[in-house]
Amino acid sequence: MSIKRALAAASAAGLALTAGGAYAADSLYNLPQGVTPVSHWVYDLHMRTFWFMVGIAVVVFGAMLISIIFHRKSRGAVAANFHENIWIEMAWTAAPFIILIALAVPAVSVLVKMEDYSKADMSIKVTGYQWMWNYDYVDNGISFYSKLAEDTNTARQLDSKVSPFSVPHYLRDVDHPLVVPTGEKIRLLITSGDVIHSWWVPDFGGKTDAIPGYVNQMWIKVEKPGTYRGQCAELCGRDHAFMPIVVVAKTPEDFRKWVKAEGGHLKAGPQSGAATMNRVRKPAPNAAQPKPPTKPPVEGSGTTL
Amino acid sequence: MNTHAAAVEHGEHHGPERGFMRWIRTTNHKDIGTLYLIFSGVMFVIGGMFAVVIRAELLEPGMQIVDPYFFNEMTTMHGLVMIFGVIMPAFVGLANWMVPIMVGAPDMALPRLNNFSFWLLPFAFLLLLSTFFMPGGAPASGWTMYAPLVEQTGMAFPFMVFAIHLAGISSVMGAINIIATILNMRTPSMRLMKMPLFIWSWLITAFLLIAVMPVLAGAVTMLLMDKYFGTSFFNAAGGGDPVLYQHVFWFFGHPEVYIMILPAFGIISEIVPTFARKPLFGYASMVYALASIAFLSFIVWAHHMFTVGMPLSAELFFMFATMLIAVPTGVKVFNWVATMWRGSMTFETPMLFAIAFIVLFSIGGFSGVMLAIVPADFQYQDTYFVVAHFHYVLVTGSLFAIIAAIYYWLPKWTGHMYNEFWGKVHFWTSLVTVNILYFPMHFLGLAGMPRRTADYALQFTDMNQLVSVGAFTFGASQLIFLGVIIACVRGGKKATAQVWDGAKGLEWTLESPAPYHSFEVAPEVE
Repeated sequence: MSIKRALAAASAAGLALTAGGAYAADSLYNLPQGVTPVSHWVYDLHMRTFWFMVGIAVVVFGAMLISIIFHRKSRGAVAANFHENIWIEMAWTAAPFIILIALAVPAVSVLVKMEDYSKADMSIKVTGYQWMWNYDYVDNGISFYSKLAEDTNTARQLDSKVSPFSVPHYLRDVDHPLVVPTGEKIRLLITSGDVIHSWWVPDFGGKTDAIPGYVNQMWIKVEKPGTYRGQCAELCGRDHAFMPIVVVAKTPEDFRKWVKAEGGHLKAGPQSGAATMNRVRKPAPNAAQPKPPTKPPVEGSGTTL
Repeated sequence: MNTHAAAVEHGEHHGPERGFMRWIRTTNHKDIGTLYLIFSGVMFVIGGMFAVVIRAELLEPGMQIVDPYFFNEMTTMHGLVMIFGVIMPAFVGLANWMVPIMVGAPDMALPRLNNFSFWLLPFAFLLLLSTFFMPGGAPASGWTMYAPLVEQTGMAFPFMVFAIHLAGISSVMGAINIIATILNMRTPSMRLMKMPLFIWSWLITAFLLIAVMPVLAGAVTMLLMDKYFGTSFFNAAGGGDPVLYQHVFWFFGHPEVYIMILPAFGIISEIVPTFARKPLFGYASMVYALASIAFLSFIVWAHHMFTVGMPLSAELFFMFATMLIAVPTGVKVFNWVATMWRGSMTFETPMLFAIAFIVLFSIGGFSGVMLAIVPADFQYQDTYFVVAHFHYVLVTGSLFAIIAAIYYWLPKWTGHMYNEFWGKVHFWTSLVTVNILYFPMHFLGLAGMPRRTADYALQFTDMNQLVSVGAFTFGASQLIFLGVIIACVRGGKKATAQVWDGAKGLEWTLESPAPYHSFEVAPEVE
């Protein structure tokens, strides 16, 4: 898309998003609807709040516009002298309350569901480092580092002479993606080994900060197989822009094949690991420091422990 | 308000000191106000150049101009300079100029302290800007200086902390001065509930400043202790807590946000009635709204950090408290619209900027309500949606109000009318370019572009180019503003005392330019 078209799109959008832009599945103008229950709930909340705001804007800006058009001196308007009206003032203090309650009620119900980490089918520990991620499948004995793919890394250097447009998935590709099964509730235990990072895949509906000394949680339940891309969302130093996240969702059968191929083991029974982990309360400020990598992870190694 | 302008004939017996030392040694509130405004303008150019570097690098995907670390230095220093060096000093400058002549006082209550408050600032920012030449470069961990990342700063670290201390001391002393002036120096016949809204807004802002600048000082001092004296306030390995830093910082940071917008509310509440030729609608509710916003600002800080993993109960509390702010803020917007309603409006440049303020600040308010919805915030947090939000409230909010105030009071300061044609050119170019600059950021954020990144994925290219074009043209259109101001200082049509035919208030009873010493005898207010 050219600048011209982007300009046209932005101006057409004006105060309201254009319908076409707003509802496309992988929109360039709006939140993704995503592939997890959470991402759908969040998308609906987002659109609901957005349309409420558009409604308020139409009323308030409309009144202003009428006033600007008609109540101007050049049209011979003579100023009235009213300067208070207790009933109007009470009404427009109360009205926002009602709108806010209408917005808050569904938000609370979504939030309560988002914060329910129980009955997870598996847990994966995610640790942020400057500037890569470590994924530790606590139930399967698989652990590896995931960092910026080599072709992007070459292209992004200051005087690389390689056009980013020649690199597939520039900046959104890693050497070892996180692989997860579809249809299972996966709990991510998120922490950091150095500074604060934030684990974010927009298609999963949100982000959670990776903080040294804390183990934060979020859960995902990916509905369909595919490759989902995101990146670190909390400023973490020089290469903050260069620590992407790639998640490959496979069907449970394919996932089990992948676990075997990686040399991991399948857990004995459902919830063996998760049941005990459920007792972990967050935040755990005095939790043991996650160990920093003992040596810099080498490209292509580190798939198994 | 009817006043008798007895003050004017005094003041000629003791004019300003001659020569350069006038500006160093002055204790005159008008001189110090001018100094603050000039300082703010210089810092605006510097902070703007940082923004130009940011937008130039983001013109295309890939790294073309600067190292990613230098890019982070740019975002960090852009934030620090614009907040502490531009918006805050500009409001303090306006307060210095206008508070005494709006409350009928001869000067600020503590003139020597006033001089000291100002002269701390240039040194604070010289220190801060000098860090570019230090080993390790300038601070690069964002203006929020989150631990533990900030402790990776090089030699710049203690200088940044000291600069913040100096700027904070300056702010607190300025705030004390403003409170003392308003409460003790006000002309006796002006009751509190008769004070102009700009005075009310600054009175409340000054209390916020005194309450929270020491909290910031405490936060950065704890960082200093952690880095150099072996403490572990924020160091998890030593039993400390990195999230504690964010709580302390935002306990300062959220009231700080309102420190930068409440005086803007006051300015708009002065300008709209003048050009609508109609009294402000709901004066009392405006004052109560200011006070409730100030109170709420102390209990919403954690909405800046919903993603750190707070308990559900805390997330709910901060969501509800944050949403509540929409109520008094809404009241203010409704009151402005009701003031315009059935007025007799003209649209000189200050009024144009004031109307743009109301509309664009409201857009920032709408995205603010969206951000308050915690589950949705998990998506918005740390994206360009947030960048769009706070630039709508800080640039088209605070900065537009400052520009409106300068156009509004410039004839009073200089004695000349500014050039209305060029003022309007400045307005329309600013209005168009500022929206090209910030509106697409909403889309970028929603589509998944994180903030504070030196590079971006290819699908964001078009929008980023649009934003960069908006940034360059918005920056360039401020040169018109500079031209208009310089021309107005040097000459132009003689301004009357009243300046605007709908203007009411003590400042308009003084001749233009306002005499060096004014209101040596307390004026009468009806």
